Amino acid sequence: MTLTMGEGDVQMSTLSAGGNHASESTTRGVELKVQEGISKYFFLAAASTSLLVMALIMIFLFREGLAIFGKVNAVSFFFGKAWYPTYDPPEFGILALIVGSVSVTLFSSLVAIPLGVGTALYLSVLAGPTVREYVKAAVELLASLPSVVLGFLGMVVIAPTMQELLDIPTGLNIVSASIVLAIMAIPTITSISEDALYAVPRDNLEASYALGATRWETMSRILVPGALSGIGTAVILGMSRAMGETMVVLMVAGGAAQIPSSLFDSVRPMPASIAAEMGEAPFGGEHYHALFAIGIVLFLMTLVFNLVATYISTRFQQKGASTL
Amino acid sequence: MTGKTPGEKTMKKLLEIGKLIVLSMFIANFSLCSSSAGAGEKISITGSTTALPVAQRLAEDYMERHSEVSISVAGTGSGDGIRAIIDGSADIGNSSRDMKDKEVKLALEKGIKPAKQVIALDCIVPVVNSDNPVTDLKIEQLRGIYNGKIRNWKDVGGNDKPIVTVSRDSSSGTFEVWQEKILYKDKVRPDAQLQASNGAVAQAVSGNKYAIGYLGIGYLNSNLKALKVNGVKASFETTKTKVYPIFRELFMFTRGEPTGPVKAFLDFVKSPKGQKIVREEGFVAIN
Repeated sequence: MTLTMGEGDVQMSTLSAGGNHASESTTRGVELKVQEGISKYFFLAAASTSLLVMALIMIFLFREGLAIFGKVNAVSFFFGKAWYPTYDPPEFGILALIVGSVSVTLFSSLVAIPLGVGTALYLSVLAGPTVREYVKAAVELLASLPSVVLGFLGMVVIAPTMQELLDIPTGLNIVSASIVLAIMAIPTITSISEDALYAVPRDNLEASYALGATRWETMSRILVPGALSGIGTAVILGMSRAMGETMVVLMVAGGAAQIPSSLFDSVRPMPASIAAEMGEAPFGGEHYHALFAIGIVLFLMTLVFNLVATYISTRFQQKGASTL
Repeated sequence: MTGKTPGEKTMKKLLEIGKLIVLSMFIANFSLCSSSAGAGEKISITGSTTALPVAQRLAEDYMERHSEVSISVAGTGSGDGIRAIIDGSADIGNSSRDMKDKEVKLALEKGIKPAKQVIALDCIVPVVNSDNPVTDLKIEQLRGIYNGKIRNWKDVGGNDKPIVTVSRDSSSGTFEVWQEKILYKDKVRPDAQLQASNGAVAQAVSGNKYAIGYLGIGYLNSNLKALKVNGVKASFETTKTKVYPIFRELFMFTRGEPTGPVKAFLDFVKSPKGQKIVREEGFVAIN
């Protein structure tokens, strides 16, 4: 649609130039229009690249992943508890992996939501300019830490310390993985929540203060409700980040493909399984296809998270002067 | 609004893997083509993924010394390596197990008399945290620990503490040895922590006083305590003399006795220079 319109523009201007090439101003007009047309194409191409890449990834993922269902029935794939992909006969039940992913995601959001939203509230309401500057810089730095560094920290520091302090069998468990994932999700949650809080109209806050409300009342009844859609989006995106994170869960979650019975059990989230096993799974074999099918599950889960985030931000959009 | 979501990132990683596969095919192709352009000899090697890293390094080193020879190495699994020798699609088939009777019969039917060369020994050592008082375990005890029947260190002569089993990913060659020599037909207990590399096993065991793990003999370090198995300490000596029980041989199979460039390459593999590479890759040398 946009493409054909752009073409039309260029053709028309060329025609008018042909009819009146003596006029310098028209030539300049043509040049400008051609320039505009070219830049339009350029940006169109840039924008379509990501669409194209996304489409290719999806085709590739689904083609490789769906092949497993010719060999393994879908019910035993999704609800089977045994993940023994290399035994004879192999068992491809990913329920334990799904439970692993869900448990670390949920527990990490329990840690990350209060910390992330709390930080955002502090930054937007309470902090003075200097403190704000430093805290913001620290949060941004946190976002830029490579996940392998955080994973290493979890593996070498958090896990042994936790095991020592609580005298539990292993420190590589849901709790330690969730703590590290929470550290990674906090910057996402904080920065989006903070934007949402800033988008709440100052008029509303000032009106609240003018009516004699305290800072706490204004914060809890005006500011947070006004920014709720943005905070909801922030939380969902933070969770989606935790769900898809690979390196941390590979290093810290323990890697046991079991359905956990306590928060201190090891689990094997889906990304960890894919990352650990893809390298050695025979190309084109059942195991290979099963790993791609896990990729599809992961993809659909994060897609749902993103759809929910979009839904929240449009459905509960704040009416009035400003929205996120 | 969302920017790059983790979902997209995961997909991108998967595509990366796909790209790498395609890229490596291109490179493999290219190196084949470029060699056929010259007057060089070509050797193709395929088979065991356990032997892949060491075979690759041996091939690279050999090609540096003999620029007229071009060697392609692929890792497709031991069964595939043997099949490739029988149907003639490769010159050398790597395998981490001996040929089965069925395979020998099939080869003989096709008029091929496969020859085998042992190129390295893969020796796996059980390890515990250096605080653990246990020093020696029997194979039956190790099996009990890994299939989940033994869950407390006191049952094998240690403290009254739970056992945390650390294992390798079931796709790894190291795990295969463990399966074959320790677990036999049993499945590894589902709560075993599966680690993706020898290094990760070492880290998990040295950081947890209740843990037991296993790794290739080349990866032992001073933070870990290597256990004796059936009273035998793992070493290059005890592995070579086959007194130590947890090891397997890595083979290179050829169609009939090797000749020409293939023989020259295999001689290099078994030479001190080749065996030095074998040791550097974490295996036990044959001489």
